[in-house]
Amino acid sequence: MSLIEQLRAQFPFYAAANPCHYLDNAATSQIHQQALAAMAGQEASRANVHRSPYRLAEASTHAYGEARARVARFLNAAANDEVVFTSGATAALNLVAYSVGETLQAGDEVLISAAEHHSNFVPWLRLRERSGIRLRVLPLLPDGRIATASLAELVTERCRLIAITHCSNVTGAVTDVAAVVAAARKVGALVLLDGAQQVQHGPVDVQMLGADFYAFSSHKCFGPTGVGVLWGRQAVLERLPPFMTGGGMVGEVSLESLSFAAPPARFEAGTPPVAQAIGLGAAVDWLMTLPWAEIHQAESALLARLLAGLATFPAVRLIGPADLARRLPIVSFEVRGIHPHDVCQVLGERQVALRGGNHCAQPLFAALNSAGATRASLALYNDAADVDALLAGLEDALKVLS
Amino acid sequence: MTSSVYQQAIKELAQAAHGSGRLDHPDGAARLDNPLCGDRVDLTVSLAGEVIAAVAHETRACLLCRAAASLLGLTAPGRSPSEMRAATAALEAMLNSAAVLSPEWQALAVFAPVAAYPSRHGCVLLPFQALQAALQGKPQ
Repeated sequence: MSLIEQLRAQFPFYAAANPCHYLDNAATSQIHQQALAAMAGQEASRANVHRSPYRLAEASTHAYGEARARVARFLNAAANDEVVFTSGATAALNLVAYSVGETLQAGDEVLISAAEHHSNFVPWLRLRERSGIRLRVLPLLPDGRIATASLAELVTERCRLIAITHCSNVTGAVTDVAAVVAAARKVGALVLLDGAQQVQHGPVDVQMLGADFYAFSSHKCFGPTGVGVLWGRQAVLERLPPFMTGGGMVGEVSLESLSFAAPPARFEAGTPPVAQAIGLGAAVDWLMTLPWAEIHQAESALLARLLAGLATFPAVRLIGPADLARRLPIVSFEVRGIHPHDVCQVLGERQVALRGGNHCAQPLFAALNSAGATRASLALYNDAADVDALLAGLEDALKVLS
Repeated sequence: MTSSVYQQAIKELAQAAHGSGRLDHPDGAARLDNPLCGDRVDLTVSLAGEVIAAVAHETRACLLCRAAASLLGLTAPGRSPSEMRAATAALEAMLNSAAVLSPEWQALAVFAPVAAYPSRHGCVLLPFQALQAALQGKPQ
């Protein structure tokens, strides 16, 4: 049994009668059987967390805490309490925009890039409207990579935060995080990384990355939908005000006074997504057992096959780097004269699952002078047949749509 | 090569781009976007008494949207705004609930295969919705 066969055997999706060539992993990955079972087990016999001393409630609280510990190990966090469960990466990014935003003054600067997903772009536009911050934007190189050479010019003494993607959901380009962190440290700015795309491709070491915040979603790393994570450096989380308020996040409440719980509870108002968090814990636990060197090699070979195949189509223009260095297997492309949704429709009829459009990244497409693209995003269970089906389908699409 | 959606009639409509352009002195105008895919329809309309005299559209969109805009450009002139409102409702009902089209609007049947793809309904409806927006406040 090959590695990919072994991996596929662990996904209910591949047990279906006719699984499609699923190449939309940047939108949502398939769920691992361990994550599904853990979540179902929790829901089948459940109680709320952090509230009651009966056995079922204690079991829920314990499992929820264990999920936090597993995520902390996955990220190599210094402490479990640095892991905040949210409803997803979008909620995690908004949490930072609101909580850090509350500490900023008019004229303070936040630096983002033109490659950001709307979930790391719109919260900062809204903060600018609310607080009068200055928003600066790192430009892109022609191949879609973030022009980190511009950091020297754009990171000023007024810069308080750099919020930037770890890997683009459109181009697949991996950001030079070391350069970003070095620039931030020079002026004492915080760094927030949007890791939504990165986590699917292996454990992350937040201590080695050197950032202050890291956001990701469970459903993009083989876990359930409805839960995500904000990792924050403990000392940073401790000095931040809450975002959402309600039960479970307070110290003392009266008409006269209000105090907040310590992190992570301060940032988890209300009943958390308990079962989903437990499912995520199971997913990352599984991810930590995998032979990543071998998987990266296989992903890289598939990526090379896809890029080489696309290069044989004169009508195709790649939106992203054409080389294999510092990039993930997320490949977006235009087909001259054909709208991405039409490409996706024809490919969909041929059981190849792709996504088309502007991928919630309108500023990126504007910067690269593109109206939209078709995207294929590969994960560890994809094989050469998936890539070949895409390439054959694209040839059909050109015939059908021309 | 075959496709259940991209049949010859749809491709020919998109290719013909009936009503493409912009009216110099319109009685109504609207721009409608589909932010999910980036499709955009800029539509202008002029009236002669109680009927639509001319429709012109600039459509930057997928083939389905361009075909729908073209069909609109072909069929709207000479119709009343209320007739076109009924056409829009008939198209929506066909896509959403497989409703049978009246003989008057059989031309819309070309989009029947799109009913199976809810994510594409908006592509077909966008030009018709743009006409409704451009006609807002005009005599019905």
